[in-house]
Amino acid sequence: MRLNKIVKGFVIALPVLTLMACSSSSSVDEQASETNQSAQTETSNSSNTGSNAQVGAATQQQSPQEVYREELAAVQNDQVIYFEFDRSSLQSEFYATLDKHAAFLRKNSSQRVTVEGHCDSRGTPEYNIALGERRAKAIETYLLNAGVRSSQISVVSYGEEKPAVRGSSESAFVKNRRGVLAYR
Amino acid sequence: MYSKLLKLFTIFLFTIAMSDDSKATLEIVITEGINTARPIGIVPFKWKGDGPMPARLTNVIAADLRRSGKFNPIDASTMPQFPSSDGEVDYSVWASTGVDAILVGSVEEYSIDRYLVNYELIDVVRGQITGGQTQILSGGKLVSTKDHILETAGHVINGDQFRNHSHFIADKVYEALTGEKGAFRTRIAYVLVREDSTALPFQLVVADYDGENETVLLRSDEPLMSPSWSPDGSKLTYVSFESRRPQIFTQDIYTKSRTKMTEFEGINGAPRFSPDGRRLAMVLSKDGNPEIYIMDIASKQLRRMTNNRYIDTEPSWTPDGQSLIFSSERGGKPQIYRVNLASGKTERLTFDGEMNLGGTITPNGEQMIMVNRTRGNYHIARQDIKNREMQVLTKTFLDESPSVSPNGSMIIYSTLHSGKQVLSLVSVDGRFKARLPAANGQVKSPSWSPFLL
Repeated sequence: MRLNKIVKGFVIALPVLTLMACSSSSSVDEQASETNQSAQTETSNSSNTGSNAQVGAATQQQSPQEVYREELAAVQNDQVIYFEFDRSSLQSEFYATLDKHAAFLRKNSSQRVTVEGHCDSRGTPEYNIALGERRAKAIETYLLNAGVRSSQISVVSYGEEKPAVRGSSESAFVKNRRGVLAYR
Repeated sequence: MYSKLLKLFTIFLFTIAMSDDSKATLEIVITEGINTARPIGIVPFKWKGDGPMPARLTNVIAADLRRSGKFNPIDASTMPQFPSSDGEVDYSVWASTGVDAILVGSVEEYSIDRYLVNYELIDVVRGQITGGQTQILSGGKLVSTKDHILETAGHVINGDQFRNHSHFIADKVYEALTGEKGAFRTRIAYVLVREDSTALPFQLVVADYDGENETVLLRSDEPLMSPSWSPDGSKLTYVSFESRRPQIFTQDIYTKSRTKMTEFEGINGAPRFSPDGRRLAMVLSKDGNPEIYIMDIASKQLRRMTNNRYIDTEPSWTPDGQSLIFSSERGGKPQIYRVNLASGKTERLTFDGEMNLGGTITPNGEQMIMVNRTRGNYHIARQDIKNREMQVLTKTFLDESPSVSPNGSMIIYSTLHSGKQVLSLVSVDGRFKARLPAANGQVKSPSWSPFLL
């Protein structure tokens, strides 16, 4: 398959430089262009007849599954939204993160996400369950406003029961007051 | 003097721990209130059999009475004599030690692995006055009585019943001397979150009130919350996240049989059995935000008790079953309200401090126990229902989940000590304080059982 493409590229005889300019800077793409380069070497070796032909190669097309996996990994890498003490309103610094999740969910309309709400250990467990749900719902509302379908989102509050960090320091509290966008 | 007493006491506690070969997760460390307790003599019972005594009942009895916060059993090494029955008691030497009552008794073999346990609770001050004999007029005749003997009984028990029988005798002594029923044969349920990389770290545990005889009723890899007892002490209701969302269950603590009561969208939380055991109060957010509901257990029919866009949670029944108290944010910060079930009329109960949460009414209906936040500190507090006077009872850190003993004398709650969640005790009058540190994890959500016998 790959060889087939290269042969096609060879037939069209696009300038190599143009092709190189097309390659993007992401790590996965870099791997692909490396593959192309080695293939290119191989091809020149096989056509080692002293002709003047220029050898070219096309960037490899990613399958939809590969694109999906890449994008999922990207949103999973940035899935935590932090909150202020006893508050459930979203801070503007997290809009960019939420926009990324919204775009991903809009693009993959069968993708589901669970929005988890968490609290620090101050206050009673039952009150924190309610507060955690409010936080998760604030995230849900943002996603809905950004065009995500309600059928894609489920909300669960864990209150103070699943802290990210143990302990009762202010720094632990800060890390535990959070919403998590979990894809399973 | 106090430091000496404390030292003696520490040694005494140590001896109990050693001799009982205790494997309990929770051990009780008394932190405050020994000074105000009443001295009492718990004289080691006499063993009238061959070989070693099968069990030392008086260790358990003395520990119970000490943990009630009302008594300070004197150390055996300071006792002037070791009588085993009223006839052997020298009242005046006892009266001079400062105790006003002593418990004496004996254990003898009855048949194979059966034992006869006799005990007498003696008012030594009264005994000193009457010389052990009182004559009263009864039906026109002078009759001789022994009114200095406050309580006496003999029971035949099995070899495996010594611990339970010790709690029974402690209950009798406590009731005879305070006029209030003892709660030493009760249990606590709590949630243990193990930190030793156990596969199922969230555990629902039931233990005797002193931490002994613990039994794990449920293990899960997802959180467990809010255990609470049925009024007959045979069931627990709790919240489990085992399906990655909260669901309310009831479980028979003896048969393992359990029933899923709710699995609505959103919060399914804070279940509490009604005093008649036929209904569950709970919090559901299926209609948008957390509201208080009452479920009829037989029909699963729901009745919604609150309806607003604020957080309403932590329902708790008044002892008469006529009302619920609950926490609500409707006035801004969370405060405690009461709703009458018949009329639906709702009134606010708390006004002191920034927040009041997690309210529960004492069994006599006269006090409310709750979590109060003042200047950012969460403490257990008590409020008089009639005059609304509030008193903060604890000085510990991040206190939550108070639960009152069925005799209304003691509160068990969860707090943070040295970075760990532990259970603690405080007497309803605030004088006695103790901690129940756990060996292997975070302990929370305690719930004190009703009277079981």
